[in-house]
Amino acid sequence: MTPDTVLLKISGVQKHFGAVHVLRGVDLQVAPGEVIGFVGDNGAGKSTLMKTITGIYRADAGSVLMNGDDITHLVPGQRRSLGIEMIYQDLALARQQDVSSNIFLGREPVKRAFGFLPGFVDKAKMDAEAQKMIDRLGARIPSIHRPVGMFSGGQQQTVAIARALTFNPKLVIMDEPTAALAVREVESVLNLIRQMRQEGIAVILISHRLNDVFEVTDRIVVLRQGQVVADLPTAQTKMAEVVSYIVGAH
Amino acid sequence: MRSEMTAPARTWRRLQFFFETKLHVRMESLVVLLIFCAVMTWLSPFFLSRSNFANILLATSTIGVLAIGATMIIASAGLDLSLGSMLGLAGVVGAAVAVKLELPSIFAVLGCLGAGALAGFVNGILITRLRIPAFIVTLGMLGIARGLALIIADGKVIYGLPDAVVYLGQGRPLPDLPMPVIIFIAVAVVAHYILAYTRFGKHTLAIGDNEGAARATGIPVERMRLYLYTISGLCAGLAGMLFMARVNSGDPTAGIGYELTAITAAIIGGTNLFGGRGSILGAIVGALIMGVLQNGLNLMAVQSYYQQMAIGAVLILAVYIDQFQVQRGRKP
Repeated sequence: MTPDTVLLKISGVQKHFGAVHVLRGVDLQVAPGEVIGFVGDNGAGKSTLMKTITGIYRADAGSVLMNGDDITHLVPGQRRSLGIEMIYQDLALARQQDVSSNIFLGREPVKRAFGFLPGFVDKAKMDAEAQKMIDRLGARIPSIHRPVGMFSGGQQQTVAIARALTFNPKLVIMDEPTAALAVREVESVLNLIRQMRQEGIAVILISHRLNDVFEVTDRIVVLRQGQVVADLPTAQTKMAEVVSYIVGAH
Repeated sequence: MRSEMTAPARTWRRLQFFFETKLHVRMESLVVLLIFCAVMTWLSPFFLSRSNFANILLATSTIGVLAIGATMIIASAGLDLSLGSMLGLAGVVGAAVAVKLELPSIFAVLGCLGAGALAGFVNGILITRLRIPAFIVTLGMLGIARGLALIIADGKVIYGLPDAVVYLGQGRPLPDLPMPVIIFIAVAVVAHYILAYTRFGKHTLAIGDNEGAARATGIPVERMRLYLYTISGLCAGLAGMLFMARVNSGDPTAGIGYELTAITAAIIGGTNLFGGRGSILGAIVGALIMGVLQNGLNLMAVQSYYQQMAIGAVLILAVYIDQFQVQRGRKP
């Protein structure tokens, strides 16, 4: 990869939690519009690595570069504004707030109320944009004015995805997006990932469902005991090979 | 909405939706307030009068300002048990500044607000920097602020405030409208605006709803908590100033147990005890419910011990109604 085709570059990232050495020097590159499957056994360090990309955790050593700029020391809000979005396994939704409040969480547009009161959250604009995004995703949601805690798992997933896509992201990290979904809903998430690739959005898909990973990814990266042990083009590998890397039998 | 619902039920549901989303106040608490007013009117000929309503509002103003602080904190899934003690400390500091140091009245007011805000700020620092649970920190501050108030006042009530300060507690710029009520309403309007309509308010609710989600979306959770505890202290400082001015003295034992009343007002008003949902207007309705209840029972010469029981019962009932809706799947 030439430098200008690298969107995200991780070099030598290490992370400790007390005595536990979770990440032991991870290198990874992601190109724009690339879909990467990120697999590994429980405790391999997948979620920890993703959280060092989004800024929830700060790497103890190594660097994270976005478009060549060092973002290792930026906080989550700053990294989001650079276009890094993550859809968490637990969805990270505020259950008692409505759809648009969740989609715009942390980035609410403001206006002046009655022309002078500052900092007034522009709820009408939020609702309109939220409805637009939900429609674009082709999702059915009873009403965007309801608290998201009243929705089904698939509907909540839609809200989480809508939040990630509303602000023109460059990289979307999805942590087990299909784990809690019905079969029909899984297919729509996979279609969405294909659509994102066409729009030039890079996707890192963390999943235990290797079928899903093989179906949509360009490349499969295997993490084992805090290190990348394999980086395989999806077209040139087989499930058995990936599994053998995951369990350490290769 | 389910189809088997009857027309009145549907209307009720629509009204609920309107009050909760547009006015951010729980329909049930408004109805309870109206019922209480109706019953008190029926039971006592003195209840329905301008001067009596002024009395209720005056009695509610101190607790109401405290309840504003309590609401902001509880909406963010925090807890402030030191509200009453900070109120006492603020009143003593203000009185000491005016009487012992003989500084101009404005410094007495600033002393109250500053003492409250500082105590709240210390709470916030201990909770966010040293990561001590809010329950412990504010329980500790409950003792520390009270002790400090008693030390500053030398265990005695400080009398003899300047007229300008007393005016803030007893003055009536309009007939039947005392100064504390005007100050209370002004603060409530600003606080309601902040919690219901600004980013600060939205972020407060988000932190209370799901702290992890708030952090992941880039909301500065620790800084917000620090601000919130400082605001809570500031509310206690203002309530302390109102109390001090109204009784024309700095009493180191003022406000004992007020934190419980303020928290009760917030909860009755529809604030979720576990955070994520909260309304200033609701808390004011909650404070008014207790004010009307106490006033009515006073008018009927019921012993104050029974009043405490009644307020406790209303609190339990309010939380029961809330839980009932959660179980029925009407609320997440």
